[in-house]
Amino acid sequence: MTLEIFMQNIANGITLGSLYALLAIGYTMVYGILRLINFAHGEIFMVSTYFAFYGIAIFALPWQVSFVLTIILTAVMGVIIERAAYRPLRNAPRISALISAIGVSFLMSNLGLVIFGGRPKTFFRPQFFQIPIQLGSVRVVALFFIIPVLTVVLLAILNYIVYKTKIGLAMRAAQWDFDVARLMGVEVDRAISVTFAIGSALAAIGGIMWGLRFVEINPNMGLFPGLKCFIAAVFGGIGNIAGAVLGGFLLGFGEIMLVAFLPGLAGYRDAFAFILLILMLLFRPTGLLGEKQRVRT
Amino acid sequence: MMSHRRLIACLVLLCVASIIGVAAAETPTEVRIGVYEPMTGAMAAGGQMTWEGIELAQKHRPTVLGLPVRLILVDNRSDKVEAATAVTRLVQRDKVHAIIGSYGSALSMSGGPIAQEAKVPVMGCSPTNPLVTLGNDYYFRACFIDPFQGRVMAQFAFEKLGAKKAAIIQDVAQDYAVGLANFFKEAFIELTGDPEAIVANTYYQTGDRDFTAQLTHIASTNPDVVFAPGYYADSAVLISQARSLGIDAPFLGGDTFEAPEFIEIGGKNVEGVYFSTHYSADAPITPASEEFVALYKAEFGKAPNTFAALGYDCYMLVLDAIERAGVVDPVAIRDAMAETKEFMGATGIITLDENGDATKSAVVLQVQDGEFKLVDVVHPR
Repeated sequence: MTLEIFMQNIANGITLGSLYALLAIGYTMVYGILRLINFAHGEIFMVSTYFAFYGIAIFALPWQVSFVLTIILTAVMGVIIERAAYRPLRNAPRISALISAIGVSFLMSNLGLVIFGGRPKTFFRPQFFQIPIQLGSVRVVALFFIIPVLTVVLLAILNYIVYKTKIGLAMRAAQWDFDVARLMGVEVDRAISVTFAIGSALAAIGGIMWGLRFVEINPNMGLFPGLKCFIAAVFGGIGNIAGAVLGGFLLGFGEIMLVAFLPGLAGYRDAFAFILLILMLLFRPTGLLGEKQRVRT
Repeated sequence: MMSHRRLIACLVLLCVASIIGVAAAETPTEVRIGVYEPMTGAMAAGGQMTWEGIELAQKHRPTVLGLPVRLILVDNRSDKVEAATAVTRLVQRDKVHAIIGSYGSALSMSGGPIAQEAKVPVMGCSPTNPLVTLGNDYYFRACFIDPFQGRVMAQFAFEKLGAKKAAIIQDVAQDYAVGLANFFKEAFIELTGDPEAIVANTYYQTGDRDFTAQLTHIASTNPDVVFAPGYYADSAVLISQARSLGIDAPFLGGDTFEAPEFIEIGGKNVEGVYFSTHYSADAPITPASEEFVALYKAEFGKAPNTFAALGYDCYMLVLDAIERAGVVDPVAIRDAMAETKEFMGATGIITLDENGDATKSAVVLQVQDGEFKLVDVVHPR
């Protein structure tokens, strides 16, 4: 492998990894507060791409407006899902909420099929994001710069919210113990709603970036990115936001390098991602940056 | 003696009566044709286009042997397990007399054995992998098979495009793509006489969205053409990424590229892509071709596609077999179907060989200004 090809693959890895990282943040955030694997995250991501698509295709909105509306609508949708499917199970065993999450995931992807139709749609494609850029021998598109920058900015904003604001304090208190937090005057339900709103808004940003990068959207598209980001989140240490970013980047790099060095094994790259997950769970279940497991009673 | 004769006569009478009775009970009031196609999932466009053609044919010819024909559609969701379930449902619950389907060779291969066991004949519209009908005497198809299609594209690359080196990127999860890639490879090596003519051979899986690593590998081998058998949406995304990575070589593919989504998703990036397919409205072959084009345009207001034409032909082939069988019995229909000779279809003249495959011409289309344009017609040898 020549240096040029290697550099190109580094660029490929950054592009893919930052996309995984972006999606994994929302995943890990909900887990961090609620200890709930929100399996519907992939479907929230899928629906957000359709919001953006219809905003432009049917309501003829400028793309900037459509994207902002998409983020708001998706956040609202996340809050509604939490109210309807998770809040009634707040005091039930944790496995019930997990099953409810899987139910929401199936419901949404099937509703997507009925409402959006089975045939794929073409996402809006502003030239601005697809401008080819040549760096020496390496070819990338403008998104190559936008997605990682966006990921880092969102990471900083999120850290600010969680560690520097009052609602962040409430979220962290809820993470420890709902009842004790309530006794201390923390509005736990509100903190959880905000968590879901932020998590879903992140899914929407991820969805928009995914749509811009890969152009094609369909009602089943949530499944695999959802699983990949789950792997990324676990790899980095589930519940840890910086860990999710690290996990996303490593997973993206790993997949690209596997194919780059062993092109004959390219068909097994998903298997590679799952093997990584299994190994991590076997040898370091808390992930790279994960804290010690706390058991809430 | 007398009483013996009487007894035998009675028995014979009883037998005859019971046969008539059974026959009367089984006299069908309708002909049920099951259809299993991917209406959702990665191959949804193919299934939906095929269904358009089948419905159009039924509208045009709603009866056979004086009985109304009822179509029963089951969505196989582009999924191999669902395809098997769909066929089981059609034969057990709906008790269909014949089946049409399915776009996607892998889907047909998983439905096939179930239809064979239930002794219900199936007419495939566009599953081109040879294994669909091989060893299954209840599976037939209205299309050519991939050893021919692979050769058509290899020949096109070698003779028309002057290619000496080809790279292959294939969808490893689909029997269609794996088969087609192998037949292309064999034919291309034979034509060029160079065992090293395939400079790269790499893989992906249905639904993958990032192909940059595979394409970077292909770019480094500098091929004259890239053969990329796979389904329309994946392929359009793949070719777009190839263009942004600076691969300028022409892309070639098979009949699965023919879907409006291929052009919508690929946009400018798929301009110039060549692929082989079964039929083009620009090259009518039989009187039935013109009749079909007129019907389709009247119904949908646009030029028809290959899969609608094959769906139309499949329905007509099934009705033709029922008519020749003279009874609405799956086994009799199967026997008549196997005898199909010089049937005038919209996609050409169809004669089924001993495997149940049709030998037909292929057309090569190219994406030009956002439309599929006919560039070549290749006849089988």
